Amino acid sequence: MAGHSNYVPQSAAAKWLESRLPVISLVRGSFVDFPTPKNLNYWWTFGGILFFVLIAQIITGIVLVMHYTPNTMLAFDSVEHIMRDVNFGWLLRYLHSNGASMFFIAVYIHIFRGLYYGSYKAPREISWILGVIIFLIMMGTAFMGYVLPWGQMSFWGATVITNLFSAIPLVGDAIRTWLWGGFAVDNPTLNRFFSLHYLLPFMIFGVVILHVWAFHTTGNNNPSGVQPKSKQDTIPFHPYYTVKDLFAIIVFMILFAWFVFYVPNYMGHPDNYIEANPLSTPAHIVPEWYFLPFYAILRAIPDKLGGVVAMFGAIAILFVLPWLDTSKVRSGTYRPLFKQFFWIFAANCVALGYLGAMPAEGWYVIFSRIFTAYYFAHFLIILPLLGFLEKPRPLPASISEAVLKGGSGTPAGAASAPSTK
Amino acid sequence: MSTMIKMVRAFAAVAVVAAAAPALAAGNPPHIERQQWSFAGPFGTYDRAQLQRGFKVYQEVCAACHGLRLVAFRNLAEEGGPSFTEEQAKAIAAEYTVEDGPNDDGDMYERPATLADRFPSPFPNEQAARASNGGAYPPDFSLLAKARAAHRGFPWFVFDAFTQYQEQGPDYIHALLTGYEEAPACLGDEFSGYYNKAFLGGSITEEACKDEHLTGGPIGMAPPLSDELVEYTDGTPMTVDQYSADVAAFMMWAAEPHLEERKKTGFRVMVFLIVFAGLLYFTKKTLWRNVEH
Repeated sequence: MAGHSNYVPQSAAAKWLESRLPVISLVRGSFVDFPTPKNLNYWWTFGGILFFVLIAQIITGIVLVMHYTPNTMLAFDSVEHIMRDVNFGWLLRYLHSNGASMFFIAVYIHIFRGLYYGSYKAPREISWILGVIIFLIMMGTAFMGYVLPWGQMSFWGATVITNLFSAIPLVGDAIRTWLWGGFAVDNPTLNRFFSLHYLLPFMIFGVVILHVWAFHTTGNNNPSGVQPKSKQDTIPFHPYYTVKDLFAIIVFMILFAWFVFYVPNYMGHPDNYIEANPLSTPAHIVPEWYFLPFYAILRAIPDKLGGVVAMFGAIAILFVLPWLDTSKVRSGTYRPLFKQFFWIFAANCVALGYLGAMPAEGWYVIFSRIFTAYYFAHFLIILPLLGFLEKPRPLPASISEAVLKGGSGTPAGAASAPSTK
Repeated sequence: MSTMIKMVRAFAAVAVVAAAAPALAAGNPPHIERQQWSFAGPFGTYDRAQLQRGFKVYQEVCAACHGLRLVAFRNLAEEGGPSFTEEQAKAIAAEYTVEDGPNDDGDMYERPATLADRFPSPFPNEQAARASNGGAYPPDFSLLAKARAAHRGFPWFVFDAFTQYQEQGPDYIHALLTGYEEAPACLGDEFSGYYNKAFLGGSITEEACKDEHLTGGPIGMAPPLSDELVEYTDGTPMTVDQYSADVAAFMMWAAEPHLEERKKTGFRVMVFLIVFAGLLYFTKKTLWRNVEH
């Protein structure tokens, strides 16, 4: 990373530091002088947006912990203490709870951007895999965070999800007991979830650094999918992309603020304002919106173990995506057929999200099965076949040529967040 | 290849139909009529007089069974609430007794509540509450306005994010309090409870009612309000409808005491962000003017 910097220390202090720990040239090489393709569109700003949301979550989270009590007798009331008595506690807590949703909106857009422009293909497989790992840790963090307010959905969501592990043959029950720290979701469960909820974001932070390191080694992908050929194809990260990313972050903050200040409970479930009661099961146990597509896949399979395997498989399949897509062309811009299948796949994910929120009965089950089958077919049948069947449009010789032809385009009919409820 | 594309298009059409099929939903969610609330929208504020009236209804009617354990007496005099004066709030607190202690002799004792205390609950625990209410549990009011919601199917829940509809709880409470009806005949003569067409917790399993498209169901709470039940001195109509709206507004405040501060802060944040985003947009444009991209 430092290799991209032409930084020469000037002051005596800088020389002293640089010869001992070359941190200035490291930062300059990565975030100042770093040569970045000049044609990145606004879909590329979601990386920066995600970094902002991660930091915002960590900061609000650290302050919330100063007022929260991880004990089943006190947790619910301590959250209300934050909402009522702590100075700007309502703001901290709404920022943090809506921040989780914002995190997922941004990460889903980021993932679908990678899917459209083939950012997972060689030589960026490691970046992609690290991204999937971040996504997995994020899901774990969000799930455990949702348990902490100890409302009805916290408790019953935790019960449903931890019970999934009992589907594992032979050792399932033992694993479940081990996860719970007892024989039901109770105080030990809350304590360990709290501990892990505090730990995992820092692990995400670490993997994010690896994720950035990896694609800074290979160079960014770009809307044309063509590797930069000359100096004309790239511009330094600063000031061009620092300013562009900051602009995008501020626009994203407008969306964020809309939810925090005007509809702070829109993304939540009213039942979570009822304190957890192990003796009373809610009529419908629904996970947070960002888990709904996976929840639909879980329930689509009539067998418990099969459902669990399918649900985890839906994420696991992303790890091997770089080797399932047989097309040599990266960007969807030059792939007429892939482009259509991409949008169908996106619609399929939204439909799964909707079905995940509906009761598992009647037609909902049948549609869940069809859409689940299509989800896997997209990766296992369509993507491998397309590479052979599709005739891609001619690729531009360079990024500069793509820009002049206006072919670096944004996806046609670019829509909003995939699966936002 | 073209048949493949056709298949794909057909599949996409199915996907759209499936996603837009709320008619498949099971059961009949009650119709919750939307009310006009002063605290709705980006500039919403609580109507002080309404909160004070709602508090009166709570105190004189609801408080016999429903607690308000998370609200402190000091909150009654705080900004953004019913705006009682500190003297009034102290006087209200003094009407309640709370347990304190232990004193120097090691005994618990009772004393009049002060501003620092929270509303004591009418029952010591859930079991006692159920025992006194024929098995039904009167829920605490502190968060009820946020813990209940009207059913919003597709596509309405999408619009709600844009229209800032967050008053589902008070709408539901109003609908419930005005939703008592004669029990439908299909429930049979032996049905002796109360029937509420808006009650989300009620369900009708009787075979005879299958085709009646009933909403709501039996409810443990007797109709708590009747016209002229609570004396209003400011000329506001003393009707069940008005009482219901007032107490629902009060409950919204109890559940979200910082709503006004939140919306006020939100406006400032929005103005700042939009201006800042505008400036950044032009900065970015100027910066990039010589880069073909």
